[in-house]
Amino acid sequence: MSQYILRRLMIAIPSLLGISLVLFVVLALAPGDPFSELATNPNVPPEVQAALRAKFGLDDPIYLRYLHWLAAMAQGDWGFSFVSRVDVDTLILQRLPTTLYVVGSSQLLALLIAIPVGVYAATRPYSVFDQLANTFAFIGFSLPTFFTGILFILIFSVKLDWLPFVYTSVPGSGIPWLLEMIRQAIMPVMVLGLFQAASMTRFVRSAMLDVIRLDYVTTARAKGLGQAKVIVKHVMRNAMIPVVTLVALQVPAVFGGAIVTEQIFRIPGIGSLLISSILANDTPVVMAVTFVFACLVVLFNLIADVLYGWLDPRISFR
Amino acid sequence: MFDKNLRGMIDDVKDGRMDRRAFVKRMIAVGLTAPMANQILAIGGVAMAQSPNPYKPTKRGGGGPLKLLWWQGPTLLNPHFATGTKDQDGSRLFYEPLASWDVDGHLNPILAAEIPSIQNGGLSADAKTVIWKLKPGVKWHDGKPLTADDLVFNWEYASDPATAAVSIETYSGLTVEKIDDLTIRITFKKPTPFWANAFVGAYGCIIPKHLFADYKGGKSREAPNNLKPVGTGPYKFVEFKPGDLIRGEINPDYHMANRPSFDTIEMKGGGDAVSAARAVIQTGEYDFAWNIQVEDEVLLRLEKGGKGKALFAVGGDIEFIAINFTDPNTEIDGERSSIKTKHPILSDPKVRQALALLVDRDSVKKAIYGRAGRTTANYLNGPEEFVSKNTKWEFSVEKASALLEQAGWKLGTDGIREKDGKKLKLLYQTSINGPRQKTQAIVKQACQKAGIDVELKSVVASVFFSSDVANPDTYAHFYADIEMFQIPMTQPDPALHMRRYHSRNIATKENKWQGPNFPRWANKEFDAAIDAADTETDPIKRADLYIKGNDLMWQDNVMIPVMHRLAVEASSNTLRPALSGWANQTDNLQDWYREN
Repeated sequence: MSQYILRRLMIAIPSLLGISLVLFVVLALAPGDPFSELATNPNVPPEVQAALRAKFGLDDPIYLRYLHWLAAMAQGDWGFSFVSRVDVDTLILQRLPTTLYVVGSSQLLALLIAIPVGVYAATRPYSVFDQLANTFAFIGFSLPTFFTGILFILIFSVKLDWLPFVYTSVPGSGIPWLLEMIRQAIMPVMVLGLFQAASMTRFVRSAMLDVIRLDYVTTARAKGLGQAKVIVKHVMRNAMIPVVTLVALQVPAVFGGAIVTEQIFRIPGIGSLLISSILANDTPVVMAVTFVFACLVVLFNLIADVLYGWLDPRISFR
Repeated sequence: MFDKNLRGMIDDVKDGRMDRRAFVKRMIAVGLTAPMANQILAIGGVAMAQSPNPYKPTKRGGGGPLKLLWWQGPTLLNPHFATGTKDQDGSRLFYEPLASWDVDGHLNPILAAEIPSIQNGGLSADAKTVIWKLKPGVKWHDGKPLTADDLVFNWEYASDPATAAVSIETYSGLTVEKIDDLTIRITFKKPTPFWANAFVGAYGCIIPKHLFADYKGGKSREAPNNLKPVGTGPYKFVEFKPGDLIRGEINPDYHMANRPSFDTIEMKGGGDAVSAARAVIQTGEYDFAWNIQVEDEVLLRLEKGGKGKALFAVGGDIEFIAINFTDPNTEIDGERSSIKTKHPILSDPKVRQALALLVDRDSVKKAIYGRAGRTTANYLNGPEEFVSKNTKWEFSVEKASALLEQAGWKLGTDGIREKDGKKLKLLYQTSINGPRQKTQAIVKQACQKAGIDVELKSVVASVFFSSDVANPDTYAHFYADIEMFQIPMTQPDPALHMRRYHSRNIATKENKWQGPNFPRWANKEFDAAIDAADTETDPIKRADLYIKGNDLMWQDNVMIPVMHRLAVEASSNTLRPALSGWANQTDNLQDWYREN
């Protein structure tokens, strides 16, 4: 088992190197530069722009810049933001907690909705409840988050005036602080969570249906076990194997999906950092954030594989 | 004659026979007022009036929190590194200049004890030296006193090329020396009629020597205080997250009586302009939002909610269509739009004139800019005394058609004009931005009626405005026939604004397209006027030279002005912000208060 993980990690290294190379080259070839805002400013002479470019090494050839970046990265130096003149890791760490809080709560919300609804729908396929659940799931994952986000803002902020739509870090502590933190997170968490829950519900339902028809379930029922016990102990446990994999694999995707939501609600997370850095052509930050996403994908793939084997001992690690 | 009258009038003001206001009014009558009228008086020997912003609170603090929404969050807090106005605005919460520009374009003393004038000995008649006196007793947020050494240090810091400060231009071409602890002398290398640049306004913010002295030059980016400002401003630094949030608290030792009014300040970044306007005007979550580039129609609709309103500040920002004088389709030595070529169609003045007749500025104002724009024939739209009264514009498809007819462009069977078998076809580029695409459509429609085939192109703003040498789509490469964008006027003086189009500044491959004269227009008369204005110390003659420059640009149709744009801000109904079209939004922050 540990040997398997070690081997997978070793394999991950060349793929991460490859990813970083592709990312770097694409970003280096992309048009625009971080000092474009200075271009139309008559107070800033072109020489200053040229000096800044030289200072940040933008005039070096691509391969040299890549090697510099790689060498620095190996030593734990993530680079230096052109725009903020701050270390990139400081920027990312500053924003990580917010993203984890919002994405984590929305993922939790999605599971809390998807599992009970999916399981219940599977035990009564084609019932009214199942049909309703299906309809809502279809609506849920066909509406993109930028649409539901704005819809929520219009309803809950503008019309009803219940919730704030600008997410900000609230000063203070104690219960009122906690309540305010929850209050302002309600809309973004709902938007992200419901979107996730929609597709997950469908998945849980079909996984349950696959298992519920198997012979051992009939056997369990024949033994005289109650419906609840059969479903929870025997069916769900096996049905959850693919669901766990799906959830693990979706985590990086959720980070990606949060980018749009973060922008709409002004959540100071990694996604909005990525967007503003792309708009400002702040290459080191874009590079670092996309690379973090790449690492997350590789890592969660590995976690999914390990979990899979642990849940289903028939799968061996080789 | 005018010149003599003016001198008489200045003497009248000096002797008290005419009051300042009457003088300024006369100046308006002859097309001259505000900042320059005051500088006229200053150089003429009359002390500058101080017109403090109206301020009602009678005690410091107690105004509660002030919540600002900047849809582009400040990314750094060192005024000498401020890449855009967002960073200047953020730094300005904590750092202060000697003086800032108020609503009327007057200098408003902040850290200065008084505004230099000939009377108080601050200005010399040859426009080569300025003496600034600091207000006594001003303290940095950490308790250390502000002295002349700090000012000298700021000059050394910013003018050192290794520091790579964006304020370098402001602090080069002059020397700063300490006279005593509270007095400095600025000596310019050449006569500088517009002396109020260094230590004034956004680039004039002063950073403390005792915290930055070790980080001058190449080490500038390592200074821990780049992110933790210690200034003299009305608010003390609490927290900063780049691109997201700045938080400050009241400075109890602030050097102005009863100011500031608010107990805490928050500047939140991110999002987009429309939702920022919504958060201020419609839901009232925030007190003030910056730079609301939203169609007026949308703003009017939001204003029906009644919690806030849009505010407009008049400056000199101009949205224009520039004409390419060189040929974008012929390549010479690997360079298109080379100065060695001539534009095959647009080098004919009649065609340029026809184009100017085809820009329907009234429709553009009505359909797009609304309250946020003014129609104009001039490239130079402020301050008042520099605005030409000799120009005019009109929209007429008939006249344009007649001109094209005269120029030999005859209507073809497909409705497009042609001459010598060549079609009258133009490529019209701009950056991607809602109002700009709509303007493109309005202009294209009129051109079609006159038989000009216009092809539209829009480029992502980050590319269009980049200084990337290798990218052919930047405004500076200008590989199109005409292009449209906005050039902001960053100070109430036209020198920088007009110097761009001097023929020595033409953008070429040789200067990596960094020459700011992107239309590649060369006019000896214009060059001479600009050169003369640069060292002209007589304010009236100087203003005349710039007006002449503007008129030459108008005659030659180098730029077709589309709209004189105003700055648009969103403010809560109870907030009383002190804004000026000649300054950044937070430049007079100490005077903001709330009226209940």
